Amino acid sequence: MEIFYALLIFMIIAAIVATETNNLLSSVICIGAIGFGASLMFLFLKAPDIAITQIVVEVLGLIILIRATITRDLTFITGDREFFAVVVSVVVIFVIFVVGIVIFETEAFPRFGEPVFAQIADSASERYISQGLNETGAANLVSSVILDYRAYDTLGEVTVLFTCIIGTLVILRYPSRKTLEVSIT
Amino acid sequence: MKGMTVIVKTISSWVKILIFIFGIYIILFGHLSPGGGFPGGVILASSFILLMLAFSRQEAEKYFPLSVASKFDCIGALLFILLALMGLGFGINAFFWNFLQQEYLAAHETVLKLISAGSIPLYNIFIGLKVCASLFLVIVVLSMTRPELPSEQEQHLEE
Repeated sequence: MEIFYALLIFMIIAAIVATETNNLLSSVICIGAIGFGASLMFLFLKAPDIAITQIVVEVLGLIILIRATITRDLTFITGDREFFAVVVSVVVIFVIFVVGIVIFETEAFPRFGEPVFAQIADSASERYISQGLNETGAANLVSSVILDYRAYDTLGEVTVLFTCIIGTLVILRYPSRKTLEVSIT
Repeated sequence: MKGMTVIVKTISSWVKILIFIFGIYIILFGHLSPGGGFPGGVILASSFILLMLAFSRQEAEKYFPLSVASKFDCIGALLFILLALMGLGFGINAFFWNFLQQEYLAAHETVLKLISAGSIPLYNIFIGLKVCASLFLVIVVLSMTRPELPSEQEQHLEE
């Protein structure tokens, strides 16, 4: 349990640095550090699939995407902070923190790191754990859930990704072709 | 000189193949160990984007042209849907029916082997293909459209 508090402190420090620094690239790298801490937390909660996805998307995807797309003259952020926005943000974060502590103190929620479905006798996850290997043959139960029992979710995910990519390519095609023509001629 | 320094270029020319093989491993063993199509596809795409960052966009497009990438994107999505539709023709006639496992592999002892779990590895491969191609496309296209610095525009005019 202590490892989670250490990781939380690490993530909070990284978040403060990310908001306080003036360089855009170092700010994004600090957000990658937050994602790395979250990935370690998933690893200690015995969810290696989510940990791999988290570290791949948050660290590799975010940092490489920002590094590949920013220009050199846009990396420095200038200007003062708005006082009102800072006050509103602090109040909202404080309220969420207090409400979270009050909710987790009650007995309605399971303890941190324990699955909710463990309290229900005939839940769906019990069926997956006991029958998953026989019914799908996949040793990785997460894979058997997302690609066999709950494959409709994956279908929706693939459709969303496909539509996003097509939309991005269609919108960005004209200026990119113009830039290419400028750089060739 | 375009791209980064000589150190980065040399190291990335060694490391790119290791990242590529690791991505293939994550995809192929997604039904046995943690991983799957999506993280493996992102790792595959990042091996090409490493080339783009270290050398140049043209170097990355030499290994993985944009026309091939857009075809892979469509082919991955199409094969995913087709394999899901093929479940309608076997057994209990259900969409996403895992017919390869239920009709053919269930009779054999395939636990913890590479060829097991029927169509789940195939789904993983198709998703990995699609995610790799689409992430590479998006990052290349986004890096194409960045506004040029005044000095770079002068260089183009001089050339």
